[in-house]
Amino acid sequence: MAGYILRRLLQAIPVLLGTTFLIYFMVFAMPGDPVVALFGDKTPPPQVLEAVRERYNLDKPFIVQYLLFLGGIFRGDFGISFSGEPVSDILARTFPVTLQLAAIATVFLAVGGILIGLISGLRKGGIFDASALVVSLILISLPIFVVAFTAQYIFGVQLGWFRTTVGSGAPIQDLILPAMVLATGSFAQIVRLTRASVIETDGQDFVRTAASKGLSRRRIVPVHILRNSLIPVVTYIAVDFGVLMVGATVTEGIFNVPGVGRTLYQAIIRGEGPTVVSFVTVMVLIYLIVNLLVDLLYAVLDPRIRYVK
Amino acid sequence: MSSNTRSTQQHYVAPVEETPLVAIDAVKAEGKPSNLWRDAWADVRRRPMFWISAAIILLVVVVALFPGLFTQVPPNNDCQLSNSNAGPAPGHPLGFTKQGCDIYSRIIHGTSTSLSVGLIVTVLVAVLGILFGAFAGFYGGWVDSVLSRLGDIFFSIPYILAAVVVMSVLSKYASIWTIALAIGIFAWPATARVLRAEILRVKNSDFVMAATALGVSRFRILLRHVLPNSIAPVIVITTISLASAIVAEATLSFLGVGLPSSIMSWGNDISQAQRDLRTAPQTLILPSIALSVTVLSFIMLGEVIRDALDPKARARR
Repeated sequence: MAGYILRRLLQAIPVLLGTTFLIYFMVFAMPGDPVVALFGDKTPPPQVLEAVRERYNLDKPFIVQYLLFLGGIFRGDFGISFSGEPVSDILARTFPVTLQLAAIATVFLAVGGILIGLISGLRKGGIFDASALVVSLILISLPIFVVAFTAQYIFGVQLGWFRTTVGSGAPIQDLILPAMVLATGSFAQIVRLTRASVIETDGQDFVRTAASKGLSRRRIVPVHILRNSLIPVVTYIAVDFGVLMVGATVTEGIFNVPGVGRTLYQAIIRGEGPTVVSFVTVMVLIYLIVNLLVDLLYAVLDPRIRYVK
Repeated sequence: MSSNTRSTQQHYVAPVEETPLVAIDAVKAEGKPSNLWRDAWADVRRRPMFWISAAIILLVVVVALFPGLFTQVPPNNDCQLSNSNAGPAPGHPLGFTKQGCDIYSRIIHGTSTSLSVGLIVTVLVAVLGILFGAFAGFYGGWVDSVLSRLGDIFFSIPYILAAVVVMSVLSKYASIWTIALAIGIFAWPATARVLRAEILRVKNSDFVMAATALGVSRFRILLRHVLPNSIAPVIVITTISLASAIVAEATLSFLGVGLPSSIMSWGNDISQAQRDLRTAPQTLILPSIALSVTVLSFIMLGEVIRDALDPKARARR
């Protein structure tokens, strides 16, 4: 067990170094003046340019710049945003909101996706199954901003069930609509994974044995079929949690949810390059850490995993 | 050789009347030998979803190549602010954008942008994915370690975020090519992983050993024997990556780090219409429908191909 954890932690180090290096390289090793390039069409005041150059040690050789940047990350120093606030302070304020949003979305995914997948799998080839397939394909095809605007228009503007924007200090129920929108991207995957898994389990011998013992279908479905079908689904949901947290940029931006994603969204819209770089780095780190935690959690839950590889 | 055996078959099969039971290893001598692709085609042909998605894709391709066949209205020059957000008018079936441009014409002319980005990304992803996946899976050892770790790094950065960074830096050079490059450079590891796994499975097959025994070189075995037998899952994931690339371009354009507004693109039009969601929802909804239907058709095609190439998926249907 300890060996597995250690090995998994060691494996994470090159990926962490590699991803931060790659992001840094993409920005600062480009030909031309990276600082000017980061601002696109805008020409910021020379003091701002000077501050960014100083912040990223651009007068030093590239590898030294990167090492200093990396050292900053390890000390929790991700730079300073355009408004002059340290990125780490913004993170402390916005991260809990993103966490809440992703958690609510995960609840929707788990409950709705598994339920629909279960019914589809049990009634394979039926009308419910066919329509669930069509709906899930349509949901996969809709870009998240299209879903967000449609939901905002129908439920916010037309029906008036939800407020169209969340804003800071809003009650948690205001996160329900954005969370539902966020969940649509992965919803189809959960439905289909559950469906496939249920169909496979339904054909197993122990299900037939249970039926031949005279157990009612009402008992077989939750106890024998569902519980055994959930293993791959739960794995997927856990990994997806990281994707949801990182993928909330557009949703948080459109619904004005005061999370990490909205900060990145606004920095992108305003063309504040250095802030974009800081937040993308932060999000990649969040994504990596969530994946690492999920892996470690699985080693605790499922002993088989520890022996693989 | 009797007529009961095919030319490639080495063992003799007794005629049915000579054996007490029906010969167990009897093979139908006449008729074409079955193979994965022929079976897949037979399967695909019977599914309405294939014909629907193929028809939509064909239409989208024709629209992208010959927009002039579908509209005579210029998408940019003929805009009149007096028509801002106006409804349908004669000759302008879908109404006007905020700038008073014809929505129908803009959707028609935006098609080639989405499709080109999708195609360039797909080619890039296929080339990089096949190179990395094939060498990592086939040669194993340190080659595999290096290539797979490199893939892990690219895989760990969600590609929309990576593309946001690349496009923020390259905003001066934003074009169909740079945006496709920004997406493609980070989208290939999924393909490489799928191919690597499949090659690990295929390379231990008997026919690979037979080729080795015949003295065929390693590289030639990879090219002629292993790769053609491992390519099926790559085709599925490639079809779907085309759809994802179209969505990615629209998302980047929507965020304002995609294509410059001078290039006609559905993502740009949606981005510009977002402030008028309450007053003129059609300016946002119409290009969104064009985008979603195109993406849906590629995803449906990918689904059908996946089902046809994977016997396990066929059983679940």
